[in-house]
Amino acid sequence: MALLPALLGAALVAAPLVSLVLMAVSGGSDALSTLAGSVLPDALRQTALLLGGVALLAGTIGAATAWLVTAYRFPGSRVLSWLLPLPMAVPTYVTALVYVELLDAAGPVRTALRQAFGRQVSDGWFPEVRSLPGCILLLSFVLYPYVFVALRASFLGREPSIAAAARVHGASPLRTFRHVALPLARPALAAGVTLVLLEALNDIGASEYLGVRTLTVSAYTAWLERGDLVGATQIACSALAVVALILLVEAASRERSGFAASAAATARHEPAPLDGWAAGSATLACAAPIAIGFVVPCAFLVREILRRDLVRTMSPAFPAQIGYTLAFAGAATLVVILWSVAIGIAGRSRPTRLARAFGGLAGFGYAVPGTVLVLGLLPVFMGADGLLSGAITAVSGYEPGLLLIGSGAGIVLAYTIRFMRIGTGAVAAQFAQIPVEVEHVARTLGARPRALARQIQLPLLRPAVAGAALLVFVDALKELPATLLLRPLNVETLATLVYGANSRGLFEDGALAALLIVLAGLGPVIWLTRATRVRATAPGDRPARAPQAALRADPSSATLKAASV
Amino acid sequence: MAEVSKIVRAAFAAGILLAGARTATAAEVVNVYTNREPGQYSATLDEFTKATGIKVNAIFSEQGLAERIAAEGEKSPADVLITVDIGRLQQAIDLGVAQPIRSAAVDAAVPRNLHDADDLWTALSMRARTIYTSKERVPETALTYEGLADPKWKGKVCTRSFQHPYNTALTAAFLVKHGEAKTKAWLEGVKANLAKKPSGGDRDVAKDIAAGICDVGLGNSYYVGLMTNGKNEDQKRWAAAVRPVLPTFENGGTQVNISGAVIAKHAPNRANAEKLLAYMVSPEAQHVFADVNYEYPVRAGVAVNPLIAAFGTLKPDPMKLSDVAKARKRASELVDEVGFDR
Repeated sequence: MALLPALLGAALVAAPLVSLVLMAVSGGSDALSTLAGSVLPDALRQTALLLGGVALLAGTIGAATAWLVTAYRFPGSRVLSWLLPLPMAVPTYVTALVYVELLDAAGPVRTALRQAFGRQVSDGWFPEVRSLPGCILLLSFVLYPYVFVALRASFLGREPSIAAAARVHGASPLRTFRHVALPLARPALAAGVTLVLLEALNDIGASEYLGVRTLTVSAYTAWLERGDLVGATQIACSALAVVALILLVEAASRERSGFAASAAATARHEPAPLDGWAAGSATLACAAPIAIGFVVPCAFLVREILRRDLVRTMSPAFPAQIGYTLAFAGAATLVVILWSVAIGIAGRSRPTRLARAFGGLAGFGYAVPGTVLVLGLLPVFMGADGLLSGAITAVSGYEPGLLLIGSGAGIVLAYTIRFMRIGTGAVAAQFAQIPVEVEHVARTLGARPRALARQIQLPLLRPAVAGAALLVFVDALKELPATLLLRPLNVETLATLVYGANSRGLFEDGALAALLIVLAGLGPVIWLTRATRVRATAPGDRPARAPQAALRADPSSATLKAASV
Repeated sequence: MAEVSKIVRAAFAAGILLAGARTATAAEVVNVYTNREPGQYSATLDEFTKATGIKVNAIFSEQGLAERIAAEGEKSPADVLITVDIGRLQQAIDLGVAQPIRSAAVDAAVPRNLHDADDLWTALSMRARTIYTSKERVPETALTYEGLADPKWKGKVCTRSFQHPYNTALTAAFLVKHGEAKTKAWLEGVKANLAKKPSGGDRDVAKDIAAGICDVGLGNSYYVGLMTNGKNEDQKRWAAAVRPVLPTFENGGTQVNISGAVIAKHAPNRANAEKLLAYMVSPEAQHVFADVNYEYPVRAGVAVNPLIAAFGTLKPDPMKLSDVAKARKRASELVDEVGFDR
């Protein structure tokens, strides 16, 4: 019985993956589809280059800015440390659309350059934004906050005393960073970079728009543009292999490191003041990523909203569409949280290896790109729908049609699979902070499991659960591929509105919906930043709050995910 | 706040949906899956509802609709799939999601060559694959598709991805016309002439010509009308900078593609689906295709919009659309083989 919630979760995630593999091998024994055969080599190459580039660039930006705002004091450093995570709130497809508008050959920037310097001078050297390097650059400026958040928490948590010792012994700040702080923070860096990699692989909106044919994009177009389902599933399986590889490397890097669970901070951190040139450069270095990743896209959206008067001319259906968006995301959040708590509490009473394995599998859904997930889910949903409506018809004679997809439950289930790990990760991390003796004492005093859950476990979990709920909600709000392909008739969400406006060649008309998605995403980012700061100002003397707990207990990708958007 | 209460109501409505209640089937409805732009269509669909009392439920997505109907199987709520491009219609038929239309109204209104031989699809409108040219820099007004590979255009050609259905259909038509070797050479020639990597949509081609990035590019006829008379000031400027030319194949006509419809195999409201199609080919709806969408109507006697008529008289190439549809897969492979989009 204790295994049941985890088992169900694992089955839910496994079903689409199994169906995907079955479809991929359905062509026969030697059957790599011609399409997959011709597309795969290039897709693998582009995926590798994209992931490598984004890991390097986002890793560098995240690590450098995290170190700067933690170790030094310079004009604006406090404010900047608050603002640096903001780009996380902008969906990658929005960033890509905005920068293509701005930097494309016919966009305002290059037009101005051309007018000022002539065509030869301006167009010769200006890099094409719709390209692999362009995609690496844009994704990095959206995704670096994953690294920033992980590293900042890590630097704040354990760096001061050790780094201070290094400084006392005469190491320069740069040397301290390279030889002390960064190696100590390696697990956090690995966790942050892993998230960046998974997000980059999952991305379809930005990559496709920028003309980068990753595995995810190739699987999508093979299926929907070229009608090759088997080829598409074969490409999708290669994407799954990449996911598995990323997770393995991350796990291995964590095992090699002896510091993962090391010392909590013992001293308050004292940033070293900078002045003159150094201070100016530091301010600039931290302000630039915020400007590129957040301010420019938001300013563009606001400008388009005003210029096109989108608020006043809003479609009468818009409020209802916001309602659908909220309902789907809300329902998914509720399911994820209830389920995660059930898995957590059940595993608490009997923490077997099997329970952990199921829990791990339930979390794998987060790493599966949304497009790939839909490919595997459709047959599963249809099978389930067939059984379900067959049973209903047999009992009542009523013919209910397609329940899962027709009702929108399909979308909620897809979100649940995608984002379950956020919930299970947060619950597991929070439980890891609570000595199991607490429950033992309660049990000794005669508390039955239900009372134990209600009076002890649930209250203890509340902060973690609140944070995770916020994160699931916003991720669900942004989700595009599954929503697009699984929504019922007459239903649009904010994300599909942005997509629809863009596929009409009128992306600017979707600016209001895009800005609402960004604004909704700000909530969790602010929550996250605050939670990280609480840890910095009061180390050790306060019960751990959710994201710190998540980061401290197990800085694996998914628990970090629990602490980020 | 009326908006807030609407949001709350919609959230509740969605909640009820989630609880498993099915959308009411008591009233007369027709369920439409479409990748046509909903903005342009809603007027036609509203008129249909006004005329017949049949409510139209729609789902819009650029891609994946035929695949979804196929996956939904027997219980699919889809009645009608309306899509653009003969290749996508053929794809729907290959997936087995269509049933014969058998409508006297459709038969009477739509010429035989714009119908499937087995009545599985019908065209609703036509569009020409034109070449947008710079008014400033390109004096020629008679162009051929073959000519796009002429080295005189080196560094002057723009296009969207050649894996996009509009260009796949053009390549497939080329294949039907000239065979594999010549098609491959043509693709290589056009690729060598590109001013930039294939990207964006047809509107972006006009944008790039307006900005002086290129001089000629492929684009569908109707975008010029949509941009000229749309609300977007930038796009008006782009449209004003280009002169669309109706190109031909050497010794042939212009490559014409269609928007069209199929009736879903398991359509729960089949009769209403037929009524909708009959309405779509009626003079009223065909006028909307012509004057709101700037397409070529399929019904004889409905005039082309003057803005489109100004391109010249459309002389469609006589090749069969079904042959184009069949050649599409090979065309798409050839595009990969020459690495056109890379």
